[in-house]
Order: sequence, then structure tokens, then C-alpha cells
Amino acid sequence: MKRWLPLAAFLLIGVLLAAGVWMSGRENREALPSPLIGKAAPAFTLPVLHEPGRTVSSAELRGQPYVLNVWGSWCAECQVEHPVLTRFAETKRVRVIGYNWKDEPADALRWLERFGNPYWVVLADQEGATAIDFGIYGAPETFLVDADGIIRWKHVGAVSDATVRDELLPALEALERGGR
Amino acid sequence: MPLHILPELGQIALILALLIVGLQSTLPLLGAHRGIDAWMAVARPAVFAQLALVALAYAILTHAFLAQDFSLRYVVANSNSLLPVGYRYSAVWGAHEGSLLLWSLILAVWSAAVAAFSRHLPAPVMARVLGVMGMVSLGFLAFMIFTSNPFERVLPAAVEGRDLNPLLQDFGLIVHPPMLYMGYVGFAVPFAFAIAALLDRSPSSADSVAVWLRWTRPWTNVAWGCLTLGIALGSWWAYYELGWGGWWFWDPVENASFMPWLAGAALLHSQATTEKRGSFRSWTLLLAIAAFSLSLLGTFLVRSGVLTSVHSFAADPSRGVFILIFLGLVVGGSLLLYALRAPDDTHTAKPFTGASRETLLLLNNLLLTAACAMVLLGTLYPLLADALDLGKISVGPPYFSLLFIILMTPLVLLLPLGPLTRWQREEPSRPLRMLAPWAALALIAGAIAYFQAPQGPWKTAAGVAGALWVAFGTLRFVWQRLRSQGGRLTAEMTGMVLAHMGIAVFLVGALLIEAQQQMREIAMQPGQTLTLGRDSFRFDGVERLQGPNYIASRGTVEVFRDDRRVTTLHPEKREYMSGGQVMTEAGIRPGITRDLFVALGEPLGNGAWAVRVHIKPFVRWVWIGALLMALGGFVTACDKRFRAKRRERAPGPTPTTPAPAAALEAAA
Repeated sequence: MKRWLPLAAFLLIGVLLAAGVWMSGRENREALPSPLIGKAAPAFTLPVLHEPGRTVSSAELRGQPYVLNVWGSWCAECQVEHPVLTRFAETKRVRVIGYNWKDEPADALRWLERFGNPYWVVLADQEGATAIDFGIYGAPETFLVDADGIIRWKHVGAVSDATVRDELLPALEALERGGR
Repeated sequence: MPLHILPELGQIALILALLIVGLQSTLPLLGAHRGIDAWMAVARPAVFAQLALVALAYAILTHAFLAQDFSLRYVVANSNSLLPVGYRYSAVWGAHEGSLLLWSLILAVWSAAVAAFSRHLPAPVMARVLGVMGMVSLGFLAFMIFTSNPFERVLPAAVEGRDLNPLLQDFGLIVHPPMLYMGYVGFAVPFAFAIAALLDRSPSSADSVAVWLRWTRPWTNVAWGCLTLGIALGSWWAYYELGWGGWWFWDPVENASFMPWLAGAALLHSQATTEKRGSFRSWTLLLAIAAFSLSLLGTFLVRSGVLTSVHSFAADPSRGVFILIFLGLVVGGSLLLYALRAPDDTHTAKPFTGASRETLLLLNNLLLTAACAMVLLGTLYPLLADALDLGKISVGPPYFSLLFIILMTPLVLLLPLGPLTRWQREEPSRPLRMLAPWAALALIAGAIAYFQAPQGPWKTAAGVAGALWVAFGTLRFVWQRLRSQGGRLTAEMTGMVLAHMGIAVFLVGALLIEAQQQMREIAMQPGQTLTLGRDSFRFDGVERLQGPNYIASRGTVEVFRDDRRVTTLHPEKREYMSGGQVMTEAGIRPGITRDLFVALGEPLGNGAWAVRVHIKPFVRWVWIGALLMALGGFVTACDKRFRAKRRERAPGPTPTTPAPAAALEAAA
């Protein structure tokens, strides 16, 4: 009897670990749900990558929802999500705004030429100051901001087709139903 | 250029290795079961082929890093054209995929070493041991190939890589993972042996366990020594790199490496007992299974993203599921085998009384195992709370430190008695009489420390008294040995003495820092001076400095003691260009009796900075102690007894001699 004890103990631990694996697959388990969700997006004024003289501010973007995608030419995962994002942007459901983070403008432009530019406009944050307000700690990250400038959804890491289908689109539909 | 296809070649090498390991983990085991020599003979060449193939794959991945092949996703994610060449070698194991490749390589090296150094073992034993190690390899190779392929391409190739995690651009963390893996993987040898012993049903098997155990002991000792070094390196790194000045955080990932260490420490002692006396046979087998299972569990916890920690790696449920199944098969299978086949000790073991070295070793094992279970519980508890929806809980140092002190105090008190107590039967007054004067001396020293200590008198006294008690007791044993007839220490005893002295040294460090450390965190203007006791720290401002792949804010702090200049410290904050991560580099003046430690916090404007100043007494002793323990493991492994060919010897425990006369002979 005694010799079965170790196996029994291990099975208990195994069940717990299985629960852990199952939970780690659950959406946003690590989130510590972003404190920004449901809050107003930080105010910003950033230069446009393609026209360095022009700036766009958060106030100008109000009135319609938009998707803000943080990327950099130095970021490998961004390249991975790029086709997904391009497919999503081509549906023209919503403005997809690029947020070029901590990048050399020349590198960023070359990158867009090479892989295509799906963005409505690309904002450049070379210093990364606004990124801190957004709580960005890595690229890629993607935000959905509603017509009133409230952050409704956030995704850390590369966006996949499944993420778009199961998370981003439902969040967007909820906004559209709500008339925002 | 043909070099372009190298990664595909690496991929093929891994797949071939998987196939060969498939053979290695089946044919020899079946051959040993049915007594077919030709099948058993497959084991050794398969192991060497596995090593060659995995080494080839490893070399190709290293080449990809040196050549900056940004068509490999893994290289893109962990390198950068600015990365210094030295770090390109270590970047290979800088993240998940490459770590697994390193794991597999080290396992292949250990397997090959087992195959090379074990020609005198009976063929079926050899076949089973290598077969079981093959099963472990199989799991890791399959895991890598199916879920974590280091040779995955990104096409078209990226222009630039994301850079190696700055945390890993550091000597301490370069050496830490390989050492840790040497330890984890090393426990596969006693594990494979234990499984081989359980699989063996021949009538002589029960008796030969003790003989073959002698053969596995050096492997356990070396593995445990490597694990000790690996943990110590991690602790040293956390101390100088995280900027908090702590050396142990009870973080889940630290705990994951500490559990196999505790189980391994218990295993070392119980193996010695079983080998010499035949007692605790099934317990030793169970511990061998446990030490390796905990190594696998550690890997699981770190790699699956089930627990969040400062070390957190990308969470990926498919990986978690894979490792969980693998863990279930290996650990569940082993424990099932154990439940069905564990030998019955009652008839084979020599009896012993309550006062004997066996009893003391049993207590040692109980305490170490209890500590291990305590760490396991504390580590998994947040997961349990999350699963039962009790909310997000983290179990912190208060729980671990308290329980650990409660469990380790009796261990420290009993430690010096162990080597001086005879096997089987002992008059308790004999070792107590030998040690009484030394206990008194340690207590007096503790009392003096209590009154002399500027702060934390209780912990200081406990540190001084405990360390001296262990040190005196251990030296008393050395003296006893040298004085007796023959009068020499075997390598095994020297190793034991070194490791126990290591514990004494460690105790000084661990308890005296706790008691005596001083810390201040204040905002400082350039030119301002902070005084801590007799030391004063003058902050001379911060300058910008360009590193190879980072920009640093480098502070200058002049340290004076009684107005005499002691040293100049340069704490830094480094911002890495590619990822924008900020790393702290503390300015440290190391010393035997104390470290001066200065870290930069945040800039506060107008040239002012938040500055954290620590005085850390005896902190080096923590790592010196660990070094001595590791050295003890290595020295023990060198004992001639383990290398002697044991085949000629009749199987069975060493012949019984009346206890008192044999006591010192067997003392080790």
C-alpha cells in the first residue's frame, strides 16, 4: 500500500499541472488585465512617418474607432503578424494605424516598401515616450480604441488569424452595435 | 552558396537523432528482457551516433549565430548585428528552443560518458540504463522537433535581429544554464539506474543493487555538484544584476532548481547508506526517481508558462501539454513501476538501533525531503489557488524562510554527530562526549556575537554559533580519522568534509547578511554625501557612455571610510538599443567581510538621481559555501572505490563485521 503513495501524490500534482496548462491557454490569463482597458487612450501628438513635418494627435483620430498596431523594423514577430494584419486592414472595417516604435525612419520605410504598407497612417515614436503612457513593453502590441478615444481591447504579441476572428472582430462588433 | 542549407542539415541531424534514439530506447530494453545479446549491443553505438548528430545540430545553430543568419526565426529573435561575438556563442541557449538543444546535447554527452565508462557492467544492466536514458532523450528531441524547432525559417529573411535579452548578456548567466542543465541531466543517470534495477527481475538482482549503486554514486555526486554551482551562479547573478542586492528570492524558477537540489542532497546520503549497509534500498530508488522527476518538473514549470515569474518565458499551451504528457509518462511510469516492483527491505537490510548512523541519515533524509515538499507546496500553491478560483496569490519569502529555518535547524544541529556516530549501534554518550567541548565553544562564541552585534543580535548569534558548531564538529571528525590507526582520509571522506565545511561557511553568509546588512535609498544631488556608520558615499553625478550595443548612464560614487578614500564605484543603467530594455549594473566593491553595493534608481531631474546604497556583510560566504559543497561532490566522485572494477566481486552488501570495530573503517 505504502509504495503506491508516491504515485498517488504525483497524480494529484499532475492534475494540478494539467489545470495550470489549461488555464494558461485561457485568454488573458497573464493579464493582470491591462489597467488601460476601459480607460481613455493617452493623449499624444506624433509625427507621420511618411511626412516628417506633419503630426497627428489623438484628438484628430476621434469620431471613428481605430486599431493601433505597434511595430518596428527590428521586430521579428512583427514580420510574422504582418500578413495577418494586412488581410485584416484590407477588409477596411476600421482604420489600422501603424505605431512605429523606437525605429530609424529609413529602416522603417524600407521595411514597409519590402513587405507592403497596410496602414492608414504610420506614426513614428522614435524616442518611445508615448509608448510608456500606453504601457507598451514590447512589439508587436495591438490596441482597439473606440470613437471616444477609450481603449477597448489590447493584444500583446503577434496577432494571428484566430486572434482577429475570436477577439478583435467581436470587440469591434460590440462597438458597432453600441453605435460607437 | 551551399552554406545556406546548413540549417536544413541541422534539422535533418535532429530528425536522424530522434530515429536513432527511438532504437536506443526500445531494442536494448527488449534485448535485456529477452536475453538477446545483439539487441542489447545496439545501445552503445546508438548513444555515440546520437551524440554526433545532436552535436552537429548544435554546431550548425552556433554557426547560424556567428554568421548572423537572420533567416532563422530563432536567430532573429535572439541576436542582432551589434551583438558582441562572445555573446553570439552563448545566445544559442538564450531562449527556449536553443535551451532545449543544449539540454539534449548535455544529455547526449552524459549518455556517451555512461556508455564509455561502464564497460565493466553486466550487459543487461548497461542496456537498460542506456535504454532508459534514450527514452528521456526521445522525449526532449520530439519536444524540440514538434513544438520548438530552433531551425525554423523566416522567409524572406529579416534585415535585423531583435537582440539577445540584455539580461543574458552577462558572464553569470552565460554559465548558469549549462551548469544547471548538467545537474538536471546528470540526475538522469541515477534515475536510469533505478529504473534498470526495478526492471530487472532476475533472482540475483536484489543483491546486486548495492554493487551497482556504488557505480552510480559518482554520477550522482557530480550531477549534484554541477547543480550546486548552477544555482550559486544564478544567485550571484541575481545579486549583482537585478540591483536589489538580494541573493535568493524564492522565485518559482529558483525553487524549480532548488527542489531537485534538496532531493539530490537526500539521495547522496541515502545512496551512501544503501551502498554500505544495504538499508533504505527502496527509499534510495524512490529518491533517485524523485530527483530526476523534480528536474523534469523544474523544466516543465519554467518552459510551460504555467507559473509566472521574473524569468517568465513565452507561454505556449501546446508546449505545456506536450511536457505534461511527457512528464506523466516518465514520472507516472516510473512511480508505477516502483509501486509494482520496489524491493522489500525487511529481510536484506542489516538491523540498526535508534542510536546509530543509519538513524541520523534517516533524519537527514526526512528533513531534506520535508524541505523539498515544503518548497514544492509553496511553489504550486498559487496555481492551486488559481485553479480553485481563490484569486491570485503569491507565496512569498515569509512562508519559505520560516519553514526552511524550522526544518534546517535540526539538520544543522545533528550534522556534526553523523560522521562521528557508528553504524548499526552506538552509545549515544560517545559522540556527544566528543563534541561537548566544541558545542560549548560554539555557544560561547555565539553569546559574544550576541553582545557585540551592532544590530540583529539573535540572527548574528545563531549564524556564528551554528557555523562554528558545524565547522568544529567536522574538523573533530577529521582529527579523529587522522589520529586513528592508518590515519588518512579517503577521497569520499574529504568530499564529505568539504561539503559540510561549505555548509558552515554558507551559514555565516546567509545569517550574517540577514542580521547586519544596511540599506538606504535616497535622492542625491551631485556632490551630496550619504553616511552609513563609518562609511560615507559621495555621489559625483552621472555621465552618458556609449557601449557596443547599449547607451549607459554611468554614475560615479566615491566611498570613504573614516575620511580615507576606499574606492570609486560606477553603478550603471544601460539602455539596450534594439529592444529599449533598461538594465541595472550595480557598482560593487567585493570583500571577504563585506560588499559595498551601489545601484542607480531613476533620474529625478536637475542631475539628481535615486541612489540605493547597501552594505552587505559576508555575502561572498554564501557562494564560497556553495562552491565548497560542489567541490565536495566532485572530490567524492573521485574516490578510488568507485572506479575499481566490481565485476569480480561477489554481489551483495559488504560483509558484516561486529559494529564497534568496523565503525571507523566504514566511517564515511
